[in-house]
Amino acid sequence: MTETPGLPPDDIVVAALRAGDEAMFAALLDSWARGMLWLARSHVSTNDSAEEVVQDTWLAVIRGIDGFEGRSSVKTWVYRILVNTARKRGMRENRTVPWSSAFAGGEKPFPDGSRLQGADDPLPGFWKDIPALWPTPEGEVLAAEVREQITTALAGLPPRQRAVITLRDVEGCTSEEVCEILDVSAANQRVLLHRARVVVRGRLEEYFETVRRSA
Amino acid sequence: MKRFSCGELVDLVTAYLENDLDDPTLRRLQEHLAGCEGCRRYLAQFRATVGALGALPPEPLAAPARERLLAAFRRRRRP
Repeated sequence: MTETPGLPPDDIVVAALRAGDEAMFAALLDSWARGMLWLARSHVSTNDSAEEVVQDTWLAVIRGIDGFEGRSSVKTWVYRILVNTARKRGMRENRTVPWSSAFAGGEKPFPDGSRLQGADDPLPGFWKDIPALWPTPEGEVLAAEVREQITTALAGLPPRQRAVITLRDVEGCTSEEVCEILDVSAANQRVLLHRARVVVRGRLEEYFETVRRSA
Repeated sequence: MKRFSCGELVDLVTAYLENDLDDPTLRRLQEHLAGCEGCRRYLAQFRATVGALGALPPEPLAAPARERLLAAFRRRRRP
């Protein structure tokens, strides 16, 4: 298990929470706020509802920290509470996210195939147009645009893909942590991560192409 | 053996970045990369995408919710 950058090792975190160290509690709140909100939002219908899930999770953490046995990392423990809380609430809201049917073919087709040569072309499976070089997003305007493209792409992903890419690439969890938090196999975790990354890359590619054409 | 195609690289790029490929597949992928400008660019774009995801700015909890939780922590945990 890896530790979140900026946070001390788990034994120190747990001891501080048990001793009532408010600064430590605030550091955890702030470090994991985005990941927890986004993950909760995959299960419930509104942003307000997701925020309540996050609050309920932290209240459960405050109550449960004395009983925490360290069988997983603190982060995994907190996120597991979050996922369980969010799933229950999602069911109450009648919003049953089709977590299990997500592999049954309901996901978007692979978008990168269109750049490759088809069966009737001279070299099937090889690039038709090779990918363009991307600009380095040095300018602040460009960086802000890229961020916006990414958040829009993430919002449009199927819930499982969004959950995995958020935890892995945005929040920096390890694949082991993601498997434990979301209760998915390593192979499924990788498939979901790959599909999600392909969608986000595709979105950025379209964006950079638009920028190039209008330049 | 069939030539390793760009499509195969596109399918395997996450497994490659995760160090999850078996040795023969890894070798074929690396040989393909060495000779394919398009796939080197694709891989660079993929890495740039992952990097940009990791560079998204933090999003704090709304101030009232944060205050409520800190108050709950104080009530419960302060001796």
